[in-house]
Parts: sequence; structure tokens; C-alpha cells
Amino acid sequence: MRLVTAIIKPFKLDEVKQALEAFGITGMTVSEASGYGRQRGHSEVYRGAEYTVDFVPKVRVEVVVDDVDAPDVVSVILKAAQTGRIGDGKIWTVPVEDVARVRTGEHGLDAL
Amino acid sequence: MVSLMEINSGDTAWVLVSAALVLLMTPGLALFYGGMVRAKSVLNMMMMSFGAMATISVAWVLWGYSEAFGQSWHGLIGNPFQHFGLSDLLSAKSVVGTIPTMAFVAFQAVFAIITVALISGAIADRAKYSTWLVFTVVWATIVYFPVAHWVFAFDGFAADKGGWIANSLKTIDFAGGTAVHINAGAAGLVLALILGKRIGFAKDPMRPHNMTLVMVGAGLLWFGWFGFNAGSALGANNTAAVTWVNTLAATGAACIAWLATERIRNGHGTSLGAASGVVAGLVAITPACSAVTPVGAVAIGILAGVLCALAVGLKFRFGFDDSLDVVGVHLVGGLVGTIAIGFFASASAPAAVDGLFYGGGPDQLWRQVVGAGAVLLYSFVVTGVIGLALHKTLGFRIDRDGEVAGIDLDQHAETSYDLGSLGGGGFSHAGAAMFGSHSTAPASSVATSTKQGASS
Repeated sequence: MRLVTAIIKPFKLDEVKQALEAFGITGMTVSEASGYGRQRGHSEVYRGAEYTVDFVPKVRVEVVVDDVDAPDVVSVILKAAQTGRIGDGKIWTVPVEDVARVRTGEHGLDAL
Repeated sequence: MVSLMEINSGDTAWVLVSAALVLLMTPGLALFYGGMVRAKSVLNMMMMSFGAMATISVAWVLWGYSEAFGQSWHGLIGNPFQHFGLSDLLSAKSVVGTIPTMAFVAFQAVFAIITVALISGAIADRAKYSTWLVFTVVWATIVYFPVAHWVFAFDGFAADKGGWIANSLKTIDFAGGTAVHINAGAAGLVLALILGKRIGFAKDPMRPHNMTLVMVGAGLLWFGWFGFNAGSALGANNTAAVTWVNTLAATGAACIAWLATERIRNGHGTSLGAASGVVAGLVAITPACSAVTPVGAVAIGILAGVLCALAVGLKFRFGFDDSLDVVGVHLVGGLVGTIAIGFFASASAPAAVDGLFYGGGPDQLWRQVVGAGAVLLYSFVVTGVIGLALHKTLGFRIDRDGEVAGIDLDQHAETSYDLGSLGGGGFSHAGAAMFGSHSTAPASSVATSTKQGASS
């Protein structure tokens, strides 16, 4: 199994969710995040004083999937989240040793 | 009480309603200021306004009214003992102009409250709350009440003899450009200098934590200000109507002017710029609303919008932390409005004086400049003495750790927003010991966390 983590633009969340559902993913964890990449932050002006805001609001989407599905899930998210402009985000995957479903005690792929 | 005129119910109704409108400005100011500070300071910011409402209400009825509107001592100060406690003014025979004396007492009370509250914006995030409360009473007693006497106490109105600016100098200040705004602005500047800069001033980002609060607050100020200016006519009459329209015109013009200044300088017109422009316009038209035509009001609004938008940058150039621009908006706006009367006054307006641009010569102009300068100087010097004395004795600034952690936690043991769902902790209540009841969790857990907030 692999954990797919995607950092995306907040307004892209709905499209990503729908794309993942269409692909057959049955659950996900979403959290608000902030950060910056190569685009850095943006600047805001209050009464003439300019502040640079480094940490830009993002959404983090996390999905645990079967190893064979991982590359497809990455490309599904990538396609749904892409605007082509700076700040679109990142996606990465890491191996996951085990998953347990709390309600039933099932382990591994059965728990997904 | 001096005048033998009868009470007019229309005038009385308008003044009482105006007093309530002006009272609403102070919670409006609390929102306006509260939204501009960081999330860790918003409660303290609002509490400074609420504190002023509480302390000045009491000081006003005890000695404040009498000090401002009692029999004058050489035009400098009213007799604070003459109407101490107001009990001699309760009779239906006690009348000023065409309204009961108590309606006038009520209307002038809320002016005193907001003037004191305005100062708090200069010392955001760092002032010891108990010292602030002491300051409000001392400052009102030594600075505001006498200055209100100078400017607002006309001979033969509430007392035979009134203040020197109103009666001898004859500066036109209809609703308080000098007594309220220059006064509060100069006091704010001095306190900002005495308390010093916030940790991280001009280095860390200190952007407003909630611009919607700022907009709501500016809206309430805008609304209440019609009581402030038009209510100062002290009657439901033509002067009230003219000042109402002039207030409308100047405020709109100042808002546009501030936005235009920002658009040219920074590329965007901002919502904070719009809110600030509104307040700058309201400040500037306050002294002038009875003396100019609506076109003159628009001109004053434009001047105030541009000059105040430029003036708010001065604190970074000169390195004083007037946190929420009390100087840039109220001192500068008050000066613009008060001095502009010397140029834009028109004899067709209720004050019936021509300024320089209307063929009146420089006579009114020097009266405006001297009146504004006198209040500025007095407020600057005396506030400095009060501020330094309190700073050296009670301490006017919280310690470094408390400021970093946030003044809300440090001074009030509260936080403004509970946005997380992972609270944890325990519970106890003030009556627990008295009634011998048991709290659901060890009381020490709450007590400890409170103590940490207060001392860390």
C-alpha cells in the first residue's frame, strides 16, 4: 500500500474529490495547510505598509491506496488539480506498512 | 437653566437620539480597532474602549460635566463642584437652550467617552490595563474636561461665563475637531512615544486579523457620526440638517480620495483604505460642518482623504509606533478640518462666516490656527506629564513575555477565538470554594493555566 499526499490549491478540492470518487477511491482525509514552494508567498498592503505573506493557504489531501493503483491516483489528482499557474502544489507517495480499520479490526487491503 | 426658554420636545428628542447614536460609536470604534490588531490582542483592544465607556460615564456625572460646563474660572475651567453629582439639575425647570439640561449632559457625556477611547489605538497590544483605566480618569479630568470647556462652553448657555476658545478667540469648532480629534491625536502620539514600540514593530508582519470587523466598525462610526455632528446643533432644526448633509458629502469624498491615493501609490484600493478614508472624512468635517457649503465639504473631504492617507506612513519614517494611526487619522484629520474652515467657510452656512476663499480675509484663519495649536500643545504637554507619571509609578507597559504571548491572555486571561476542537483541560468556577462543590476536573489544572497566562 502507498500513502498519496497531495498539496493543492484550496479551490481545487472539489474537483480533486470528484475525480478520485470517479476513479473508485472510497475515502480520503483532508486538512488545511499553509506553505510555499518556488513561487514564495504574496504581498498585502495595509495603509501603505506592505507585508509579505510567506505561508499561503493550501489543502492537503491524503489517500491510502493499493500499490498498483498509486501511479494512477497520482495522475488523477494531478489532472484535476492543475491550473498551469504557479502555486499548483505537489504530490508525493510513500510506502505504508499496515492499515487497520478501527470498527472491525480488519488489516491491510481489507481495511481500505 | 440660564435661559428662560421653554423645552421643545422635538429638539429634546433629537438630542437624546443623537446621544445614543454617539454612544454607539465607541463599540463601533472597538470593532474598528479590534479588527486591525492581531488575533492575540483583539479583546484588550476592545476592552480599552469598553473601559473608557465605564470610567468616563461615572467621572462625567460626578465632576466631569461641572468641570466642562460649570461657571468658568477665567475661561480656563468650569467649577467642578458647582454641579457635582448633577443633583441640582434634575428639575424640569433646568433648561439649556430648548432642551432639558440633563439631555445636554447626556449628549456631552458620550463625547467625553469616545475622545478617551480614541487614544487607545496608539498603544495597541502593550498597555497595562489597570494603568489604562487610571489614565482614562486622570486624562479626562486634567485634559478633556477643561479643553471641552474651552471649546464647547459658550457664554450664557449652560453657565453665564464659558471657555476662552469659544468666546474670546471665537474659533469655529462645531462638533469637536480640536477638543475631540486634535486632543485625542496629540495624546495618542505622546503615549505611543512613552510606551515605546511594540516588539517587532516595522519588522514583523502585523496585519489586521479581521478586516470584516474593521468594516463593520467603520460602518457603525459612520452611522453614529450623524448624531455627533448633526446632534451638535442641539435641536431638530436647519443647522442639524445642513451639518447632516455636509457630513455625508465630506465622508464620501474622503473615502474616494483615500482609495485613489492608494491606487496610485500601491496599485490597489483596499478595504482598509476605504474604512480609513471614511473616518478621516468624518474627522475633518466635524469642526467644519456648520461653516461650509456641501461643495466646501467635498473639498475638505478630498483634502483629508489624501493628507491622512499620506500621513499614516509618517510613523515608519520617524519610528514611533502609533499602532492604529490615531495621529495619522485623528490629529492630521482634525487639523485639516479645523484649519480648512479658515479657507472654506461660507457665510451662507449656519456659522455665517466667510473664509479666505470666500472673501472673508485671514481673520477666521488665524483664529482656527491658534485654536488648533493651543489644544494640540496643551494636550501634548499635559498628556506627557500624566503618561510619564503613570509609567514611572504604576507601569504603563506589560512585560516582554506577556506581549509576545498576547495581551489578551496576559491582561485578561482570555483568548478571543476558540477555533480548535482539541480543548482538553479541566473546569472549576469561582463559587467552588464558597459552596464546597467539587469541580469535574482538578481545579488546579485551570488555575495553573490561568496563572501561566498571567505571568508568562
